[in-house]
Amino acid sequence: MNNLALIVTVLIVMAVAYQLGLTRSKSVVGGGQRLHSRPGYYGILVALWCGVPTLLLLALWGIFGNDIIQFLVSQQLPPETAAFSEREMLLQMRRIAALASGQNVSDPQQYELSAAAQQARLESLGHLVLLASMSVLAVLGLVLSRRKITPDMRARNHVERVIMVALALSSGVAILTTVGIVLSMIGEAMNFFRFISPADFFFGTTWNPRFSTSGDAGQGEFGLLPLLWGTLMVSSIALLVAIPLGLMTAIYMSEYAPPSLRNVAKPVIEVLAGIPTIVYGFFALIVIGPFLSGLGDLVGISIRTTSALTAGLVMGIMIIPFVSSLSDDIITQVPKALRDGALGLGATKSETIRQVVLPAALPGIVGAFLLAASRAIGETMIVVLAAGNNPVLHANPFEAVSTITVTIVNQLTGDMDFASPQSLVAFALGLTLFVITLGLNVIALVIVRRYRQQYE
Amino acid sequence: MNTITQASRGERLAIIERSLASRHRQEKRFRRLGLAAVVTGMVLVLILFASILMRGLPAFWQATFYLDIHFDSDIVNVSERPIQQEGESNADFRERDFTWQSEVGRVNWQQLIDNALAEALGEEIEPQQTRDLRALVTSAERRTLRDRFIEDQSLLGETHTIKLLASANVDVWIKGNINRDLPDSQQQLSAQTREWADHLYEEGVITNAFSTALFLNTDSRSSLASAGLAGAFMGSLFMMLIVMLLSIPIGVASAIYLEEFAPKNRLTDLIEININNLAAVPSIVFGLLGAAIFIGYLRLPLSAPLVGGLVLTLMTLPTIIIATRAALRSIPNSIRQAALGMGASKVQTVFHHVLPLALPGILTGSILGVAQALGETAPLLLIGMNAFVSNIPATPFDQASALPVQIYLWQGNELRNFFEARTSAAIIVLLALMLSLNALAIWLRKKLETRW
Amino acid sequence: MTTATVTVPTAMHKSEQRSDSHQQGQVKMSTRGVKVFYGDSQALHGIDLDIVENEVIAFIGPSGCGKSTFLRCLNRMNDTIPGCRVEGDVTLDGNDIYAPSLDVVLLRAQVGIVFQKPNPFPKSIYENIAYGPRLHGLASRRAELDEVVERSLRRAGLWDEVKDRLDQPGTSLSGGQQQRLCIARTIAISPEVILMDEPCSALDPIATAKIEQLIDELSASYTIAMVTHNMQQAARVAHKTAFFHMGDMVEVGDTDKIFTNPEDQRTHDYITGRFG
Repeated sequence: MNNLALIVTVLIVMAVAYQLGLTRSKSVVGGGQRLHSRPGYYGILVALWCGVPTLLLLALWGIFGNDIIQFLVSQQLPPETAAFSEREMLLQMRRIAALASGQNVSDPQQYELSAAAQQARLESLGHLVLLASMSVLAVLGLVLSRRKITPDMRARNHVERVIMVALALSSGVAILTTVGIVLSMIGEAMNFFRFISPADFFFGTTWNPRFSTSGDAGQGEFGLLPLLWGTLMVSSIALLVAIPLGLMTAIYMSEYAPPSLRNVAKPVIEVLAGIPTIVYGFFALIVIGPFLSGLGDLVGISIRTTSALTAGLVMGIMIIPFVSSLSDDIITQVPKALRDGALGLGATKSETIRQVVLPAALPGIVGAFLLAASRAIGETMIVVLAAGNNPVLHANPFEAVSTITVTIVNQLTGDMDFASPQSLVAFALGLTLFVITLGLNVIALVIVRRYRQQYE
Repeated sequence: MNTITQASRGERLAIIERSLASRHRQEKRFRRLGLAAVVTGMVLVLILFASILMRGLPAFWQATFYLDIHFDSDIVNVSERPIQQEGESNADFRERDFTWQSEVGRVNWQQLIDNALAEALGEEIEPQQTRDLRALVTSAERRTLRDRFIEDQSLLGETHTIKLLASANVDVWIKGNINRDLPDSQQQLSAQTREWADHLYEEGVITNAFSTALFLNTDSRSSLASAGLAGAFMGSLFMMLIVMLLSIPIGVASAIYLEEFAPKNRLTDLIEININNLAAVPSIVFGLLGAAIFIGYLRLPLSAPLVGGLVLTLMTLPTIIIATRAALRSIPNSIRQAALGMGASKVQTVFHHVLPLALPGILTGSILGVAQALGETAPLLLIGMNAFVSNIPATPFDQASALPVQIYLWQGNELRNFFEARTSAAIIVLLALMLSLNALAIWLRKKLETRW
Repeated sequence: MTTATVTVPTAMHKSEQRSDSHQQGQVKMSTRGVKVFYGDSQALHGIDLDIVENEVIAFIGPSGCGKSTFLRCLNRMNDTIPGCRVEGDVTLDGNDIYAPSLDVVLLRAQVGIVFQKPNPFPKSIYENIAYGPRLHGLASRRAELDEVVERSLRRAGLWDEVKDRLDQPGTSLSGGQQQRLCIARTIAISPEVILMDEPCSALDPIATAKIEQLIDELSASYTIAMVTHNMQQAARVAHKTAFFHMGDMVEVGDTDKIFTNPEDQRTHDYITGRFG
């Protein structure tokens, strides 16, 4: 039986348990006694007792079962395999697993065959044990909980407590994600810093990681600064495009646009915000890049097709909806009383906006800009396609650059080798990126939250 | 001192009036600036869509041969297909049939195509011209003939008109996606092949036919013209299923907990800040998380939609939680109090009364979250989903690509003239999917909102 | 600098002092058949009213009667409300303020307005006052501005309280001080008419008393129209009172007469507390 069939079986058993609990609860009432909860809750309770431990066991086996078997099998391999590297060992175990599942393997050794036989034996044994213990658990849960049903058993409260635990566990997933991000980044970055000193990484001005062939690890140079510089250059260009356009769009939309235009433009902007960045990247590559390059030829500047300018410009276009919808929210939060105050003094609309509304909204708008900046810094696909991947320190926006995100993609795609600095550096870069964006986000969120409170 | 209170009413008004014209000009300028910003944004978007549509739409039609293929029994010289004998086990029969299929596979199907082409051209093909001739039809079409024959052996000895895809370079040449005046050295096709292609196009042997390959085939390296999106589509589909199955229940559950039940304390404050931050963490960081935890630590398979789905689930969760919380918050407290007042427990109140009312908002937010996940590329690159996969994945554990990743792979293909259009077509497919998800969300919101 | 204001000891004295003089005053603003629509619903059904120079007129009536709407017609603040439409004639010194040739900026420089809720700008106290004069180019040099700021704050009775902290934000003041700041902000551009939309409704009694006294002082040099739903306040500060009901102006006359001997039954019912 495969896992899916097992799960379905457990669900069916749970349904039966529900019925049993239901009938039992009805049968225990008598002599004027009333059930504490509605009968359905007793059914659910029995079903939960029957199904949840069983499924938990299945999940545990799913996670650890294979490892246990692999461990047992590897124990009885001949001593010469002890000298295998991690990778060779992995390959070895794959061969054995393939043999065990009846596939053909080129040139199987005798010890491999016997190991495979043992693996097959262990697997079927494990499966049997699993089936048996699941059945026992299910029956135990069912019988015991069913027996416990009495009219004054507070079944609803029990069920609700289970629901609460499930809800609380769900909200723990978000925390776990953050913990996972932080731990994995820090862990792998630490591994990287065993090869390259943090000072060389954070203050190095040369990025030249060489190839990911283990052994000559010390050869490459892993200086962060060219990438950081490229990131800042592209992001600055993007913000230079997005902030004025986005802000002016927001102002026009919230203060001037007739409702008919607003009703059309707002959903359009929302949809734009959802266009995948790979599409923008492709757009940069085939339209904006050649266009800018041609424009450069006209005025006599050499602009590369893939350059900081191309990537920044298109990233700016991508961020416009983001900036404008955030700014729009913030501008509309400025109380009407303030506008009226300025208009009542005889200010024109634009004077009111520029001299009263914007200053009042400034903190919120700054927050929005910071969020936009964090978005730009973390953006990947546009720069991968359009920035040109040239990790060199230079100040010419018409030249190609590389960014942190591009480099993460470059270093971690292809063969993943968690033992070479060439791969591990991606995590050090990711950690840097995470810290930068987290900082920006936290500051922005605090500013925006304070701003909201000011007008609530 | 002549200040404003001393100044007469007339003087005062005169002072104000003097600056009025310039103030109104400024007003107009500001307003125009705003309009210009809006128009600029719209125009840029228009250019984006227009350029992608212009490049991509033609790729839905592909140069296709209608060739009269003669299944010459001298070339297709194979034994009869085995028939299951009485008493023969299924496994034995299958093995015999497999042997027969291998035999069919060894037939020189290319020869049939060559012959048909020569026939269509009405020329004798010199041996040294074979290369030029074989540049016409894309290489995978040999297998099309083989499959047709395995399906229907009565073709033997017959002549049938069969639809075969032209090679990518012929497609480019016919559509004029390459400068036809370039010298031979810069052309992808030899002069002979180009001449033949033009000739066959005039004869109507090559036409632009709707490209089913784009939808039904998987990616291909050897036969570029037959590269399709089916594998990537299935990969994306598996991932979206996983995202929906995991992120919606978990997201909604945690939103319910945080909004309705959680005590207001340090811990829940922390969770709240944490979720807001997660929503703004760059997607590539989630890719790194996936690489480190799912691939590196849990040893889940590389390139599997399962891992992609898990990574995208974690990425989508904050979006769904935030949308659900907003939907729950918008339900007036009076409804909760009414239910509690009737003697419902808090859990019953939430699940029987609040949740159904918040459903439109939750659904909309969830669909938008899933749509966003559908278009995500960067994290998938880090978990190996950019590998070349030539099979349609059958389970979420198989190697697969995804639509946005396929776009990434195609845009990087060296045969730019062909893949620029094909990539644009893939983008059109992706955008169409995302837009329909968005439209579904808007439609659901409208439809469900009117109910109460 | 000379103080032009006639200091009136308390607000209670206003009727004795000027009950005769304001009768002969010139008509400053006048409305004929003013109707206001919000979308399809009509808020005012044709109001005819004359506002005489240098008098304080109070608009009273139950909430939703249209008194605020009417007030906002007088300097076209209703323009800022989408879907709002005004019909009829409103004149300032005989000039139609809804004429296409009229510049609303100029109008509002002549007819200032103070709102229900104090709304100081998120700027310093000094900048709040200096905003209007600077906007209209009435004072450009720093010395001129300083003088305007000081005089306006003095007239609003706020100078002594804030003279040491002019650079602090206007929002740091108490509610009553903020409202006086807003009044000072309005007088800084020396309008001819000041409209006040329930200027004391958000304030405590002490702050209210200060504002009332200020209104009385200002009436020497400005024409003041104020909306209030506090009848005692109208009785204390207004020379004339107009009673609004369901979008109509039921009755207008000397405050004393309206409160002691109204002609209309509805006015009588309202001031005696039958409804409202």
